Amino acid sequence: MRIEQHPVLQFDRGEKVTFSYNGQDVEGYTTETIAAALHAAGIRKLGTSPELHRPRGLFCAIGNCSSCFMTVNGEPNVRICVTRVEPGMTVEEQIGKGEIHYD
Amino acid sequence: MIKEVEILVIGGGPAGLCAARSASKLGAHVMVCERDYVPGGQLVKQTHKFFGSEKQYAGDRGIQIGKMLIDEIAADPNIEILTEATVLGIYEDGVVTVLYQNQHLKIHPKKIIITTGAAEKFLSFPGNDLPGIYGAGAVQTLMNVAGVKPAERVVMVGAGNIGLIVSYQLMQAGVEVAGVIEAAPKIGGYLVHASKIRRAGVPIRTSYTVKEAFGTDCLEGVVICRLDEKWQMIPGTEETIPCDTLCLAVGLTPLAELCWQAGCQMAFIRELSGHVPILDENLETTVSGIYAAGDVAGIEEASAAMVEGRLAGCSAAASLGYSPQEAKIMLQAAREELNELRSGPTGSKIRAGLQKMSEKKGVKTAC
Repeated sequence: MRIEQHPVLQFDRGEKVTFSYNGQDVEGYTTETIAAALHAAGIRKLGTSPELHRPRGLFCAIGNCSSCFMTVNGEPNVRICVTRVEPGMTVEEQIGKGEIHYD
Repeated sequence: MIKEVEILVIGGGPAGLCAARSASKLGAHVMVCERDYVPGGQLVKQTHKFFGSEKQYAGDRGIQIGKMLIDEIAADPNIEILTEATVLGIYEDGVVTVLYQNQHLKIHPKKIIITTGAAEKFLSFPGNDLPGIYGAGAVQTLMNVAGVKPAERVVMVGAGNIGLIVSYQLMQAGVEVAGVIEAAPKIGGYLVHASKIRRAGVPIRTSYTVKEAFGTDCLEGVVICRLDEKWQMIPGTEETIPCDTLCLAVGLTPLAELCWQAGCQMAFIRELSGHVPILDENLETTVSGIYAAGDVAGIEEASAAMVEGRLAGCSAAASLGYSPQEAKIMLQAAREELNELRSGPTGSKIRAGLQKMSEKKGVKTAC
């Protein structure tokens, strides 16, 4: 859910766009991170741990902790807490450690 | 190609931006590497008003201070700032490598100022990895930067200043704060912050900790438990609190990896909240030409980080021969401000930490 009224802050969110999360359309803004857009859409489970398959979510939100790794546009282990929303991007829950594809 | 730079500042938070500004004022050319999209560090999410004196912008909100510093830097022709620029390593030959907007850069600075800040600490209890358990800073980022309501009902762990301030900010964002729990027998933060949330009806329970967290895919609740005077859980005092978010405000620890890697002599000093580089009175590490300022050199408030930044920036510029007279005056002023900030009962912990640091014998090495 988004904060519409705040006693101190005003939010200038910029352009609203759509991207894909696990095949479904999610709305976000180009000024915000993927993590923020997913949270606003009520999505808090971002993936599972590679070995014990326990659910994983956001922890630090500033690119430190690696808890929010997802696969973005086919690239695994992207820290979605510091990656901005782009129109049409694909964001997927990552299975295991992910594979790096070399061009 | 290796880019030659006079002073490289690593981290564009309050300490780094102030370091860059003071070095530039003395005439030096500075490059700042910031790993986020925007500089400002954690100031960009701090909606509360700062304490201290006018020189440290007391009475202004963190976000306003951040904006002011960012605007000053943007207008300063001596400062180049790279955003989305993560410093990867500091090598023996003095070359610094940077991942900058997906390119690999090599920079050769004459002086380096490390202002990488801190990371939030974690707590161990069963279920602590469930989605819905965040560092207090993460919740602040979600609500104050992105404008996203991070939770419906939250339990806050830690009644230090961050726990208290973020609890209040959660209420401002329309979130229900079920309670603040604190393992210590008394509230650690300022009374003014504690009173504000108590007046709003939020209980602050001291000598309490989290026993466990539960939920299937996301957090559904926590079990809290009372602690005895030896900080051991008292059986039979467990209580279950339904909540979708648990916020950990249990302290910060310096992000000192680059100091370790550069070969700076480090010391574990509890009062400074972890391993910190040993610094001299100019905030120079034991590696000649590498300085450190702000939380990376010991956890303190942003106001102190800004003054430390100024001190390190001045020292670095002065060591390159820039405006020695003016540098002397600025250094003196910064030292006096730090002493003032650290005076009084709230500064006793940091004073004890710095005393311990001054007793460590740092041995200078060349970079």
